[in-house]
Amino acid sequence: MTLSAMKSTIAVLALTASAGAAWADKASDTLSVAFTKELENVDSYFNSSREGVVMQRAVWDGLIYRDPATNEYKGNLATSWTWIDDTTLELKLREGVKFHNGEDFNADDVVYTVNFVAKEENGVKTQRNVNWMKSAEKVDDYTVRILLKDKFPAAIEFLSGPVSMYPNEYYAEVGPSGMGLKPVGTGPYKVTEVVPGQHFVLEKNENYHDSPKGQPAIGKIDIRTVPDVNTQLAELFSGTLDLIWQVPADQAEKMAMMDGFTVANESTMRVGYLSMDAAGRSTMDPNPFKDVKVRQAVNHAIDRKALVDNLLKGKSVVVNTPCFPSQFGCATDAAVTYDYDPEKAKALLAEAGYPDGFSTEFYAYRDREYAEAIASYLNAVGIKTDFKMLQYSALRDLNMKGEVPLSFLTWGSYSINDASAMVSQFFKHGSLDDARDDQVKADLDIADSSTDPATRKEHYAKAIARITGEAFWAPMFSYNTNYVFKSDVDYTPTADEVLRFTNMTWK
Amino acid sequence: MLQFILKRLGLALLVAFTVSFISFSLLFLAGDPAAALAGETASGEDIEAIRRLYGFDRPMLVQYGDWLASALRGDFGESYYFKLPVASLIADRLSVTMLLGVCGISFALLTAVPLGVLAAMRPNSIIDRIALFLSVAGQALPSFWFGLILIVVFAIELRWLPVSGTATWAHFVMPTIVLGYYAMPAIMRLTRAGMLEVLSSDYIRTARAKGSSELRVMFRHALRNAIIPVVSLAAVQMGFMLGGSIVVESIFALHGAGFLAWESISRNDLPTVQALILIFSMFYIVFTFLADVLNAWLDPRMRSS
Repeated sequence: MTLSAMKSTIAVLALTASAGAAWADKASDTLSVAFTKELENVDSYFNSSREGVVMQRAVWDGLIYRDPATNEYKGNLATSWTWIDDTTLELKLREGVKFHNGEDFNADDVVYTVNFVAKEENGVKTQRNVNWMKSAEKVDDYTVRILLKDKFPAAIEFLSGPVSMYPNEYYAEVGPSGMGLKPVGTGPYKVTEVVPGQHFVLEKNENYHDSPKGQPAIGKIDIRTVPDVNTQLAELFSGTLDLIWQVPADQAEKMAMMDGFTVANESTMRVGYLSMDAAGRSTMDPNPFKDVKVRQAVNHAIDRKALVDNLLKGKSVVVNTPCFPSQFGCATDAAVTYDYDPEKAKALLAEAGYPDGFSTEFYAYRDREYAEAIASYLNAVGIKTDFKMLQYSALRDLNMKGEVPLSFLTWGSYSINDASAMVSQFFKHGSLDDARDDQVKADLDIADSSTDPATRKEHYAKAIARITGEAFWAPMFSYNTNYVFKSDVDYTPTADEVLRFTNMTWK
Repeated sequence: MLQFILKRLGLALLVAFTVSFISFSLLFLAGDPAAALAGETASGEDIEAIRRLYGFDRPMLVQYGDWLASALRGDFGESYYFKLPVASLIADRLSVTMLLGVCGISFALLTAVPLGVLAAMRPNSIIDRIALFLSVAGQALPSFWFGLILIVVFAIELRWLPVSGTATWAHFVMPTIVLGYYAMPAIMRLTRAGMLEVLSSDYIRTARAKGSSELRVMFRHALRNAIIPVVSLAAVQMGFMLGGSIVVESIFALHGAGFLAWESISRNDLPTVQALILIFSMFYIVFTFLADVLNAWLDPRMRSS
């Protein structure tokens, strides 16, 4: 074969090949998005990943909606709600809403959904999202009551987040596996194609009700699973992807310098922190972390601002609280703050009886570079670390057994904007509680179960003041994530790390 | 011949059994499966509940025995992550991996054998040098890097090929090259060495003396003998490819069994990982066994050993 004949053969092959590939762009009104991870089930009650939350917000609706910008609660499938008593919430439902399969939305759907997910044996993956509900009962076609097991002030937050409404007849027939393969909701986008593990196609719901989510603008969303971030970038360059997210900072910086792409950065609710064995559960003996001065020294030893500026970058901030600042009850003004002051750290260590410092094991499960930077700050004041990087599951196992003197951990609060989703998970004498402080637990118990916002605020503030004063943790920083998309896409990401297709438009 | 086959078969089964047990034990060293299953958002209480639900609190040997008994019946249990039968989950993905493996080994054979023959015909010539360079480079290039380079050149610069996915045949071109390239050097060197040895033997001289054309000598007389070790090497490489396409599948977003293995390991989906390890090792064992039998059939001298 001559060279020119070969060239033309290749060209023909390339043409026939590209004819089969979908070219994502504004002209075809199709936005192509990459997910890094594969969803175990599109049914939002049966997966626990962020990708699952993204799908949930697009395909289904909750009774209530929280505006991600103002944190104000608005009616979505419900138009109003009132507390009958501490454990009974009555909701008036929106009329005239239809599911994607044509089924009418009414009280029967709410009753069926709540009763199904609240039952533990039905196996909803994240039990915490639903196990505060006991059942639901119908008052009339458009009025329902949700009965709670116990007082649960974060109910409204959960109803505006992970609890979405399913069509009763359809769900009874197909169950979670059928819902996963052919999802049906009331949301702004309907699912038209599911190829498990490979891609999902969403299409604009033309009959979407007048929801506070807003009306969808882009006609089609094609979501593909592409595990490797470099491959995602290559797809973006070659025009077969329009939007990727969770892009590492170094890659995002390079993309920001190129024409044709927009890089947006937004903080997430994930907080990084050091947990110290204040209760003395580990085998370390003597255990310096039992001494408040040592814990304060750790807090003073680390230049968190430098970590944020040089490593995390973007919209990350230094965090002083054992919760994410935007969360309800996360009283930043009640927290005792510790400036970067290595001399003071050394002095505190000397006062505690460790003028030459000490050695400790130091564990982490992610972000090795952050953990190593923290270790070097600790070394600088005399705390020598034996650094161990473990798999998440292995470290969690050790944490629960209380065998870890010092670890760098993170918590994402599953995007629940309430302090109970973070501080109460760790300081109420559960297996992950390294402090085991009775006073903190007492305040958190009150704050978690009161329905009076002022009482809740007051007791969270007290707990936070005690936790930070005693320096049980060394809170570090919040995380951020990068979104990279083609310049003809207009999108402003929100702080809860949920992609909202409804808020995306073509420029 | 039958005795030889039975002997090899027994050995293969023993290996399969040992591999399954070792991999089963290793997984328990990778951390608490209950914690991995519950995910990063789980509280301590969630994890305890999962531990009891899935029976992780039982002795490991009991868990292994249970698993092996059902596996022999073709039941690999339910994936912790997908809540689907592992057998059907793997069956869905195996076709991609098999297709890729067949393409990869075909690519390797179709390029490496002719190159090896050419190199042997003209030892130390420019062709031999180029072949040597290719084989050294093939052995040294990490496949993730080679894959990305191909993507940059053929998908981004030239736009001849799609970056990733499985939609059309064109999606398989780059993965085939990356996967096959890794097997090329060994096949080529072995072909070259075998050809050189055979070419200096008496019967080749006889064949040349009776006036056969050079092409006929090469392919009809020499290659037939030189190719015997290559056949067994290719079978072994095929086993490697089916189990070893993890990196390639991840880079090119091919949702095959290799990618499933990688994902399942990272989320401690024990039933899936265990079934995959067993299946991959069975592939390897079956292909090695086939290579042995094929060799024995092609070359009677091998049967006695």
